[in-house]
This record gives sequence, C-alpha cells and structure tokens, in this order.
Amino acid sequence: MGDFLNIFIKSAFIENMVLAYFLGMCSFLAVSKTLSTASGLGLAVIFVLGVTMPINWIINEYVLIPADLEFLRFILFIAVIASTVQLVEMVLEKFSPGLYAALGIFLPLITVNCAILGGSLFMVSREYNLSESVAFGLGGGFGWFLAIIALAAIRERIRYSNVPPALRGLGMAFLITGLMGIAFLSLTGIDPAVFAGWHPTPAE
Amino acid sequence: MVPIATTAMAESTEVKTGVLTEDTAAEKEATFEFGKKEKILITDPLLDNNPITIQVLGVCSALAVTSLVYPSLVMAVAVTFVTAFSSLATSLMRNIIPKAVRLIVQLVIIATLVTLVNEALKVLAFPVYKQLSVYIGLIITNCIVMGRLEAFAMANKPWRSFLDGIGNGLGYGLILVAVGVVRELFGKGSLFAGSGIALNIIGPSSDSTKYLINTTAESGIGSFFGWYANNNLMVLPAAAMFVIAVFIWLQRSYNTKLVDIS
Repeated sequence: MGDFLNIFIKSAFIENMVLAYFLGMCSFLAVSKTLSTASGLGLAVIFVLGVTMPINWIINEYVLIPADLEFLRFILFIAVIASTVQLVEMVLEKFSPGLYAALGIFLPLITVNCAILGGSLFMVSREYNLSESVAFGLGGGFGWFLAIIALAAIRERIRYSNVPPALRGLGMAFLITGLMGIAFLSLTGIDPAVFAGWHPTPAE
Repeated sequence: MVPIATTAMAESTEVKTGVLTEDTAAEKEATFEFGKKEKILITDPLLDNNPITIQVLGVCSALAVTSLVYPSLVMAVAVTFVTAFSSLATSLMRNIIPKAVRLIVQLVIIATLVTLVNEALKVLAFPVYKQLSVYIGLIITNCIVMGRLEAFAMANKPWRSFLDGIGNGLGYGLILVAVGVVRELFGKGSLFAGSGIALNIIGPSSDSTKYLINTTAESGIGSFFGWYANNNLMVLPAAAMFVIAVFIWLQRSYNTKLVDIS
C-alpha cells in the first residue's frame, strides 16, 4: 500500500505529467480556455489513463515480452488506447448519458493525448509492476487534471488583464505554464515514502 | 471473417472505380510538378502557418527534447520523415479508407513509421536514442502528424500531401532547433554537444575544454566577460515555454494579422 500511495503522490505532484514532462500539451493548451470544459477533459484523462495502463501492462508482460515482439509495442499500445476510448465512449453513451454528454466531445481527443501513450511508455521504461502501473496511471491522470484546471482558472482571470496584444491567448498560456512548471519544481526531491515513514531511509 | 472483409473491400473499391480512374488520370497530369502552388506548401508552414506557434500542434515533444541542439535536430528529422511519409501513404489510400475507422487506420500508418524510426535510431545513434527515450514513441501522438493527415492528406493528392508533410515537419523542426540553440547556448555555453561537431562557445576554459569565448577572469579574449555564468534556468524544462512564448510574441508583433482576438 505504501508503494501504491508513494507512486500516486509522486506522479501527481512531484513528477507531474504536464509540468515536468510536458505530456498532453496540445489539448492542455487548446482546451484550457474555460474551467468547465477543462475539468471535463481532466476527468476523462484520469479515467482513460487508469483503464489503459493496466491493460497495456498485461499486454506487454504476457504477450509482447514472452513472444519477443517488443518492436510491436507502439502499434499495440496505440491500438489498445484507441479501442479503449472507443469502447468507453459507447458504454458511457448507453449507460450514463449524463456523463457522456459531459465528456463526450473530449473522449476522441484523448486518443491523441500524449499523456496516455506517454504514461504507458514510461511504465515500460520504469519497469513498474501491475499495482504500481495502476497507481501511476491514476496519479498521473490526477496530476494532469490538477494542472489543467489550474491553468484554466488562471486564464479565465487573465482575460480581464491588460496583456500586450501579441501575447494574448497562446503566448500567455505558454508563459503561465512555464511559471507553473517552476512552481512545481519546488516539490522535487521530496520522497513521500520517507516523509510518511514507510521506509526508514531514503531509497537509493 | 477474412474472406468477408476482403470481398467487402473489393466491393467498395469497385463502387468507387469510376471516381478512382478520374482521379488517377488527373493525378498523372499533376504528378511531381513543383510550381508556385507547391512551393507555398513548403514555405507557408515555416512561418505564417507554423505548426507550433500558430497551429499549436506537436508542442509536447517540442518542449521536452530541446535542452540540447543535437537531440532537437534528430527529433526534427524523425518527425519530418514521419509527417512526409504518413501523409503520402494516407493520401494514396484516402479513397479506400472507410470514414468510421479512419483514425485507427491513420494511427496504424503513423505507428508503423515511428517503429521504423525507432529501430533505425537504435542502430544508428544509440546515445541520442537513449536521450530521447519515450519521446520517439510519442511522435505517434504528436498532434502535428494526425492534424495534417486529417486536415490535408485526406483531401489532397499524394504529391501535394507529401510536400505538405515535409513543409510542416520542417516548420516544426525550425522551432525545435531554434529553441534548442537558445537553451543550449545560454544554458550550457555550447552547441551540438554530444554530436561529432560539438562546439564550445562561451564559458571558463580549462585544460580539457577550450571555449571560443573564454570567460576566465585572468586571461583570454573574452576576459572582460569574467562575470558571465551559464544560466541554469535555460536547462530547466520550463525555459522552453518561455522561449516559445517569446517567439510567439515576436512573430505576432511583426505580423499583427496573427494576433489572437478572442
């Protein structure tokens, strides 16, 4: 449990997907104009990351590695993500029209959100196990959600400020994200495991 | 399953043969021309319709790999290759791809090309491959590739789509390398570090390294630069955001038509 929480906190705050690795930047910048749409997309990202990460872990561990087909990883991962998104869309439409209406337009966007594929690729390169990859998926998604609602809230406020015309919109979004990235840097070096006493000494 | 699928495919091509022959006849006339219209396809994405600063596509990798020039250059070449050939392949197949599954077909084309790039880099330039790590795989979800397939290649002839792919790849690469130059020069004082032609531009020279502009206080042509120290902010990922923001600022101040009104 300690490891689960540790990875969750790490991936949500300390190694934030957007602010430390710049994953999912396209939709992050494009869909952060208003708070409501931003939170819709953020929720969808948490959901899809949490679902695709364990599926991709199982495929990687029980299909690709035993069959020595690791060069097919990209194609299979993206196929899993695309079909999961499609499936989620259909299930939501049938059983939860309210949630579908809220997330509907964002789900297709998520297929090409680098945070989803990036999460799966990081999971492979960091050699997580199944529960760790679930924690990483949920934590990473939560971090992404936090970042996009923060940016959207700031952008909603900044609309009333006197910004140089050439910086309006996109330019300011870049600057704000950069500043947020620096703010999040202050969290680097924190080891939640040590802090909470799960491990007596810092992990090497 | 398979026979049904193939007959369905054959039927759909038969239905469209009329369209296809007209199309190919027109294509033959226009093939491989390189006039003014084609030149615009390459030059327009470099500045006025740049994928990163104007279309806001493909930003993720633009930020993550640009702390050094050499990896940025490799990334730019890789992305140009993928955009050019995925546009070509999609455009060749655009009449037989069913609308409902077109995203998955496009993703498979892109993923195949990216796998090729990945394997090639692993063999040819292993250190850079290590440095770029997951960002090579992330070319698949680089919005610029899919964006161009959706916006251009699905509706245009192969040769024009190929040129559009090259143009957008180059426009993307231009920003990538420009950001890389700024970040590496001010952050590390060098250029092309890690490649065969590494240049040390500015910094305190010692026995092992020789900088073009020497900033050791006692000696050297640039000794009056004794106060200079590398700006570590530039090495941080956030610096890429600031550099691109400044590019956007400059570009939109110069060309006020591009200013965001909303």
